[in-house]
Amino acid sequence: MSLADDSRAPAFELLGVTKRFDRKPALSQIDLRIETGKTTVLIGPSGCGKSTLIRLLVGLIRPDEGRVLFEGHPLSDVALLTQRQQMGYVIQDGGLFPHLSAFDNTALLARFLKKPADWIQTRVEELADLTHFPRDGLRRYPLQLSGGQRQRVSLMRALMLDPHVLLLDEPLGALDPMIRAGLQADLKGIFQALKKTVVLVTHDLGEAAFLADEIVLMRAGLIVQRGSIRELMDNPSEPFVTEFIQAHRSPLEGIGG
Amino acid sequence: MTTRRIIATCLILGMSLPMAGASCSDKGQASASQRRLTVGSKRFTESAILGEMLRLLAEERGVESTHQRDYGSRVLFDSLVLGEVDAYVEYSGTLKQAILGGEALVTDVELRSALEARGISMSRPLGFNNTYILGMHRDRAVELGITCISDVAKHPELSMGFSSEFMDREDGWPSLQARYNLPQQDVRGMEHDLAYRGVADGALDVTDLYATDAKIEQFDLVRLTDDLHHFPDYEAVILYRTELNDTNPDVVANWKRLVGTLDEAAMTRLNVRADTDRVRVAVVAGDFIRQALGLQVIVDDESVLADIWDRTHEHLEMVAWSMLMAILVGIPLGIVAAKSGAGVAQSILGAVGIIQTIPALALLVFMLPIFHRVDQVPAIFALFLYSLLPIVRNTFAGLRSIRPELRESAEALGLPAATRMRIVELPLAARSILAGVKTATVINIGTATLGALIGAGGYGQPILTGIHLNNIPLILQGAVPAALLALIVQGLFELAERLIVPKGLRLTRHR
Repeated sequence: MSLADDSRAPAFELLGVTKRFDRKPALSQIDLRIETGKTTVLIGPSGCGKSTLIRLLVGLIRPDEGRVLFEGHPLSDVALLTQRQQMGYVIQDGGLFPHLSAFDNTALLARFLKKPADWIQTRVEELADLTHFPRDGLRRYPLQLSGGQRQRVSLMRALMLDPHVLLLDEPLGALDPMIRAGLQADLKGIFQALKKTVVLVTHDLGEAAFLADEIVLMRAGLIVQRGSIRELMDNPSEPFVTEFIQAHRSPLEGIGG
Repeated sequence: MTTRRIIATCLILGMSLPMAGASCSDKGQASASQRRLTVGSKRFTESAILGEMLRLLAEERGVESTHQRDYGSRVLFDSLVLGEVDAYVEYSGTLKQAILGGEALVTDVELRSALEARGISMSRPLGFNNTYILGMHRDRAVELGITCISDVAKHPELSMGFSSEFMDREDGWPSLQARYNLPQQDVRGMEHDLAYRGVADGALDVTDLYATDAKIEQFDLVRLTDDLHHFPDYEAVILYRTELNDTNPDVVANWKRLVGTLDEAAMTRLNVRADTDRVRVAVVAGDFIRQALGLQVIVDDESVLADIWDRTHEHLEMVAWSMLMAILVGIPLGIVAAKSGAGVAQSILGAVGIIQTIPALALLVFMLPIFHRVDQVPAIFALFLYSLLPIVRNTFAGLRSIRPELRESAEALGLPAATRMRIVELPLAARSILAGVKTATVINIGTATLGALIGAGGYGQPILTGIHLNNIPLILQGAVPAALLALIVQGLFELAERLIVPKGLRLTRHR
């Protein structure tokens, strides 16, 4: 596809993007390049605009000012459906269609695009193995799955057509810590194996540090600093960065001595 | 996949029910020589008994015939002229005074030629004169020594209650009062049934009666003689299409055997048997023919069941067509409302809501001037309008209650809007939409009983006739099947829910 051939362009580019809700700015004049093939993590306190930003990337909302480019092309009404089929999108608990089995959720878009049934069967099983989802669970409905299993199916659905980018909005936000840790490890393995462009939103700095090539720290609709976790710790651009990192230090760290 | 099942189920519910009835209603076609006959009757027992006699006498000659009941006088006469009805029993006074009232017909010869001009023949009188008379309770009449209307003039204190029709008629109260110089002040117009009861329990002294009225015996009333011959004659005669003299001469001859056989006392006894003793009209007519004419006629014992079957067929037809329309219009309207801004949504929901606030009876009656026809169409349209609200509202609510993240997930997948509606949103709203259709159908089945008031038939017909005749078993013949039908349909919807609501939505959450 011609969009994909434009290898020089970043996966996403935001140019002077402002988004307001009820006249209050959620994002103010954001400029951001998201590089191809890297895992970029958007992080910040509640209300910082990180979820708004990822929703702008999927085109679920439109900017009030500025432009959002996907692989060098603006998100447009004409191309949006095709552009979205190049993105896999995973959200916090609730994204699976309850009336469809795990298999049917995963196969939904492929069936709509009239992919052959045997191709779909092979691909779903391949993804089940990749995401460590039990094959015999594919016949089950979302309500019959655990929270962690549901997120694995969400990931399978997002990856079904081998999209160029993977967008995850708090994918592990609703899970308890044990399951969360397991899934974090699996996610990291999958990101590394697939070498895809990944944009992930989280409020958990540990998760960000574990998964990210690059962290984008946000506050009140603005980008405060971007870089690796090391850069954020060693060269904070302002006191907020240090405060944010301090706040995530586990109380358990002091106990062991 | 799921959508196809929804459509299939709608079609099953919508189409199969009326079809089921269709096969039974057309019996054999008429043969060329002896064509099939239709006899008519009006909306009261006496007319129905006489109509049934005509039918049985035609069948006795081997001619298949049907008896269409519950006509109004005017419509029945017009149907005879148009050939939709072949014969019925009419009253000479009604013809002269009302139906052909504009032609100032005085003698029977004049009447006969006026009818001949319309292709209609008239038999000689059957015997009884069902004129208006005045009646009093026997005890009260004896107490005051009243036997004729002239006696009434001597008692100015008597209270009188007349049917509204009698208050208005040309030969009714105003001219009667003038003719006999009646001094009474306490004169009220009211429901005829109330007037009978008033006279029976002493609240009223005098009311108007039909000469052969069963209630004369039922309430122990006496007829007051019309000693000045104020009331015109209402002699019963058979009207039939003149061409029957050629096509069915033996049937016409059979009918004419009734001439002179029924005096007032005999007709009153038949009315009492049907009205007070609750013997079926067909049986009353059949017994009379056997005893008075010595003919062997067979009264179909299954006719109650056949009646219920016909009513079921009519009722289902009304419900099915109106619901089919309501589903085909209501679900898209609900979708439009759910997908539009607050303004459009409010106007759609508001409009269907307002329809619902119109009383069902009023809505049905509004349809008459719009459609100008007396059959099922006006009732079906009224029921359709009446069924919209639950369907539109539940479609709207079902779609709006889908969690936003599910709608966004479908959008983020890159599915076009129509596909999202078909494979995600409608299945998720299926339970709510189905509940709306179920509510609408159950209400529809009940409301459709009112359709009988505007000529649509159905279970309302026996209920309505039963109320007129104060015949509880007849009322139950409509009420019980209507209630059963509602229960059956309720059950069918429980089954349909298993087919339509996706399995994944019927599970309980895994913990």
